[in-house]
Amino acid sequence: MTDFGAAFQAAITLVLDWEGDLAEIVSLSLRISLTAVAVAAVVGLPLGAALALFRFPGRKILVVLLNALMGLPPVVVGLVVYLMLSRAGPLGVLGLLFTPLAMTIAQMILITPIIAALARQVIEDLWDEYAEQLQSFGAGPGRAVTALLWDARFSLLTAVLAGFGRASAEVGAVMIVGGNIDHVTRVMTTSIALEVSKGDLALALGLGIVLVTLSVAVNAAVYLVKDAAQKRQLA
Amino acid sequence: MSDRSKADKGRAILPLELRDVVFQAGGKKLIKDMSFTLSGDRTTIVVGPNGAGKSLLLRLCHGLLAPHAGQVIWHGTTRGGQPGNGSDLAVRRHQAMVFQRPVMMRRSVAANVDYALGLRGLSRAERKARTEEVLSHTGLAGRARMPARVLSGGEQQKLALARAWALRPQVLFLDEPTASLDPAATHALEAIITAIRAQGTRIVMTTHDLGQARRLADEVMFLHRGRLLEMSPAERFFTEPANDLAQMFVRGELLWWRRRKERDPRHDP
Ligand SMILES: Nc1ncnc2c1ncn2[C@@H]1O[C@H](COP(=O)(O)OP(=O)(O)OP(=O)(O)O)[C@@H](O)[C@H]1O
Ligand SMILES: [Mg+2]
Repeated sequence: MTDFGAAFQAAITLVLDWEGDLAEIVSLSLRISLTAVAVAAVVGLPLGAALALFRFPGRKILVVLLNALMGLPPVVVGLVVYLMLSRAGPLGVLGLLFTPLAMTIAQMILITPIIAALARQVIEDLWDEYAEQLQSFGAGPGRAVTALLWDARFSLLTAVLAGFGRASAEVGAVMIVGGNIDHVTRVMTTSIALEVSKGDLALALGLGIVLVTLSVAVNAAVYLVKDAAQKRQLA
Repeated sequence: MSDRSKADKGRAILPLELRDVVFQAGGKKLIKDMSFTLSGDRTTIVVGPNGAGKSLLLRLCHGLLAPHAGQVIWHGTTRGGQPGNGSDLAVRRHQAMVFQRPVMMRRSVAANVDYALGLRGLSRAERKARTEEVLSHTGLAGRARMPARVLSGGEQQKLALARAWALRPQVLFLDEPTASLDPAATHALEAIITAIRAQGTRIVMTTHDLGQARRLADEVMFLHRGRLLEMSPAERFFTEPANDLAQMFVRGELLWWRRRKERDPRHDP
């Protein structure tokens, strides 16, 4: 326990000093996860909306598949992206393996299904309610999708947040495709894994504290925004 | 009036003709071989017992449902001898409908009106002016910035009517627009409906309130079990309806437990 106590104290000091390695690792993590979430939202939200609104052959299969993909194991995603990007792989010429971009791609693949599946459910429920009225207004499919995305924005924000949570907490995929290279592809989760195995509990714990704090802060911020807006709009 | 002529500039969508329209669901014919024409500058009230098919009929006319047989023909939708099924978007944009259960978008009261107007491609200034106008006429001006979904049931119905009215449609379908209103609000709403009509909008409305039907109708359609049993000028319908069942309905004697007996071949072939 003294071990833990000392590590904890050291961790707090590290976090409060906020310099060098720690700051670099945190900012790289955020950059990767935020980019992945942004791209996943741009792809996933319209995809979810399309699945909610349009009836086409194979739609049900796609919905089931998407729901299944929500639980995609990160290491498997990492492995597949690794195979694609490795020198012998189909995209090997791009030389992306062990770069932050590769990690972004892996996270994006991991969370796009989450955002799309949650968005589909949210939008489908709203569409059930709105369909006749929007048709009556003479809204075409484009205008209908826009209205649904807008009116469901707070629930969709929660979906995007779920994606962010998963992206930033994930370790398996970024470890495989990023390689955890110091100063290049080292992010919070991979460093924690590494430092623990090296026995440097202080840095690991410090990073853990930052990770948890970030996650709580982001969730709290979104909650507050949502709450304030709902008081005005009753979404 | 200038807006009426603007709408007319598009095209006149009346008359509306239904030819042998059939609608079925769950293997049951719910609208049976219905034929009629709506034209002129009148208010048509559709009456009939619960489940007669009134709401379905309005949806078929408005193009939200497609008939399984027969045709719904708005003026000008007949192309090369191929009549449409009533679902032509360009034609629907000259119509509006207030549903029996109004749908409130998750926006403010004013934004609900504004959204519908935005679909008509109106300028921001025009949308704002019309929104303010219809909200003040329906007594909702003070609620403009409230979320539409916290309005009371009656207020929601008023908003639904205001929203439809703002569109200045050529034809307005109203499905029991006063069903959950108090007597004063019912009165106010009837006045609004009369005003809308005076602006040249053709109104097709269902109601269970026969007093209201008497007050508003120029023409009455009586539906029973998916059939149009009578369509006649209001004064005739209320004094001497031709159909037996319509007669009983007007006298309040068409009782649901007599349905079995009524189901003789004379009425329900
Ligand atoms: N999608 C559907 N599937 C099966 N039956 C339906 C469907 N839609 C309507 N019906 C049935 O069709 C009949 C007519 O319905 P409709 O809503 O038009 O009645 P209504 O005349 O408007 O009655 P009310 O006065 O109660 O509003 C009802 O018996 C209803 O149960
Ligand atoms: Mg009805």
